[in-house]
Amino acid sequence: MSTNDTYYVPHKAVWPFIGTAGLMMMLAGFANYLNGSAIGPTMMIFGLSLFILMLTGWFALQASESESGMYNHSVGISYRMGMMWFIFSEVMFFAAFFGALWYTRNLSVPWLGGIGDGPARATKDLLWPAFEAAWPTNGPAEVGGEFEPMGAFGLPLLNTLILLTSGVTVTWAHHGLLAKKRDQLIKGLIATVALGFLFVGLQAFEYYEAYHEMGLTLGSGIYGSTFFMLTGFHGFHVCVGAIMLSVILFRSWKGHFTPENHFGFEGVAWYWHFVDVVWLGLFIFVYLL
Amino acid sequence: MSAVIAEHDEHHDHGPAKGILRWITTTNHKDIGTMYLVFSLIMFFVGGSMALIIRAELFEPGMQFVEPQFFNSMTTMHALVMVFGAVMPAFVGLANWMIPLMIGAPDMALPRMNNMSFWMLVAGILLMASTLFMEGGGPAAGWTFYPPLVLQTGKALPFAIFAVHLLGISSIMGAINIIATIFNMRAPGMDMMKMPLFVWTWLITAFLLIAVMPVFAGAVTMLLTDRFFDTSFFDAAGGGDPVLYQHIFWFFGHPEVYIMILPTFGVASTIIPVFARKPLFGYTSMVWATGFIAFLSFIVWAHHMFTVGMPIAGELYFMYATMLIAIPTGVKIFNWTATMWKGAMTFETPMLFSIAFVVLFTLGGFTGLMMAVAPSDLQYHDTYFIVAHFHYTLVPASVFILMAAGYFWLPKWTGNMYNERIGRLHFWLSAISINILFFPQHFLGLAGMPRRIPDYAVQFADWNMISSIGAFIYGFSQLLFVYIVIDTIRGGTGKATDEVWEDASKHGLEWTLPSPTPYHTFTTPPAKIPTEHL
Repeated sequence: MSTNDTYYVPHKAVWPFIGTAGLMMMLAGFANYLNGSAIGPTMMIFGLSLFILMLTGWFALQASESESGMYNHSVGISYRMGMMWFIFSEVMFFAAFFGALWYTRNLSVPWLGGIGDGPARATKDLLWPAFEAAWPTNGPAEVGGEFEPMGAFGLPLLNTLILLTSGVTVTWAHHGLLAKKRDQLIKGLIATVALGFLFVGLQAFEYYEAYHEMGLTLGSGIYGSTFFMLTGFHGFHVCVGAIMLSVILFRSWKGHFTPENHFGFEGVAWYWHFVDVVWLGLFIFVYLL
Repeated sequence: MSAVIAEHDEHHDHGPAKGILRWITTTNHKDIGTMYLVFSLIMFFVGGSMALIIRAELFEPGMQFVEPQFFNSMTTMHALVMVFGAVMPAFVGLANWMIPLMIGAPDMALPRMNNMSFWMLVAGILLMASTLFMEGGGPAAGWTFYPPLVLQTGKALPFAIFAVHLLGISSIMGAINIIATIFNMRAPGMDMMKMPLFVWTWLITAFLLIAVMPVFAGAVTMLLTDRFFDTSFFDAAGGGDPVLYQHIFWFFGHPEVYIMILPTFGVASTIIPVFARKPLFGYTSMVWATGFIAFLSFIVWAHHMFTVGMPIAGELYFMYATMLIAIPTGVKIFNWTATMWKGAMTFETPMLFSIAFVVLFTLGGFTGLMMAVAPSDLQYHDTYFIVAHFHYTLVPASVFILMAAGYFWLPKWTGNMYNERIGRLHFWLSAISINILFFPQHFLGLAGMPRRIPDYAVQFADWNMISSIGAFIYGFSQLLFVYIVIDTIRGGTGKATDEVWEDASKHGLEWTLPSPTPYHTFTTPPAKIPTEHL
């Protein structure tokens, strides 16, 4: 087929414009909602619907083009590079929040407590002479009131095991795909999706406990801020990953993917390993230390 | 499945769609490049008008035309529009147009995503611009969005933050596309070390974009949650630190300024050899210098924060690391000069702008070195000296080179020659007025005039008046460029040859194509790779 020696350049794409309009509407709606405007939620729902429509339409188009053999090896390399660098950008997004955690724990909170020879030393004497640096903390003004920090053992450790196991099952499924063992592929993916949603469920339970039993909220000073923003963004990524895995499961069930051509599977598997690695970072730096 | 096959047959239909849908649905790198360039030119005038409002208010001491709050939102929006709406998109537009032509590729690697990154840019700028009409006005805390001041913004705050998110998504998608194109779409024989420098500089710029745009997104997300969701990232009472924001912001911000200057270097390295009729001097050292500058950009950020109260060890480290940047930059200035040395030079408009860039960027670089010295920076910080410094590195550098690129490639894009006489008039008016505009700001800064103020003490009056006169001459003379672009599209001074500039086809693949370039190019890879630039 001639398609395999020329690079496929698509024409007349409608989805990018629709997706952009949806995302813009969603964000403008969210901004309106934050400003207390009544039209906000409606705009958000409308924008989100448009965005989901784009995702469905665009990915369906990609899948059917891929299945009809329009993507040659070279197109596959472009997609892989795209996914790789997208994941790198996600790493940098998390790096900002990990950086904030590192900076506050190791520099700014000790400075508030008068530690070190930096110019920040005066802060303690002038603002909060009674504050002693410690971690976890909700700051010298004890913002958000008393709270109990989240321990590492128990649910978080269980969640670590769940995510690590899901990394194994997705690799097992990949081996099944490569060896043309359809049964192994489907079972491996079902297990991965199930473990992913189980993780999200347990995380939701952990949040419930934090809010209702431990007094730990997003408003619990810098500890609450870093804890919920880091684990929250991670949890959101797990949700997205699990949804993407479900799509891949559906496509596998429909008989898509061959040992030579399965970028969709590979891209999502990479993404899944990425959320796995971020969790390990979280477990060590947020829960354990 | 039949629908898919039908769409695939369209692949052989070599014309664009008709009407407005052509631009909304296009996946063609030339169409998208054109949209980026036109959009950025419009934004250049929007941002420029804001600058003229600022300069009109500062023409004399006292309050003349605008309210202080509006003045502050003008300084903020001028910067945001120029950085995210004009300079960055203009270079992405050039990348879209030129990278596939320069490496012999049929299109960008991910054409649909290419379309999306353009429209995300428009969406982001629309959201940003809409804030000017909101209760409480546009963001007025400076383009750096420092807390706690920025948290006092009115209704505009969440819109500005989400605009940054959209612009970030747009930039990241554009950068991913550029990397995939350069790594994956080069014609056979186009080795990495044979690529034109414009391609090299954009490759490195794309890495910078992917590495830092998400960090900026993270920083503004923290602002959003601090304002609306009770977090304490930047509030010392809760254990946070406003200085933390500055660290995160400048971890993005410093690479960001190189995102605007590295492609500038690339275009200059492309234009100067053609008009000096010599190969580029020191190709390999240019590539390494670009990489080294990019690396350094990640480890010097806190030189923007010398007065904020860092430990002395931090001040010293960031001072010395910053000075290192002078080394690779010096290599580049040396190479451009050596390229011109004993060349058979002619001075067409693109070359005039490029030479002005080399001279005036050097000046801007030297004032940068002055401010790298932490103890003396305590004097310059937040004065008009820094304003003069970064405008010298952005206007007579990035903007001049963008103009040069326009003159250089317009004949290739449109098939017509531009009016050289008006081009040179545009150049001389710009080059003279830009110095009237920004040079006095050095004196103002050294004399102690703070930046971002609508009124000032009377001893600053004379230089401010001169600066404002320069601003209006510069601003209105840019209309000549618009005239030339429209005139060239309509026929200009006659048909351009395929090569356009003498012997240009030895310097780059784009000059081996017909003028104007057909809608689809290099559907089969080129037979021979030019190597004159090596």
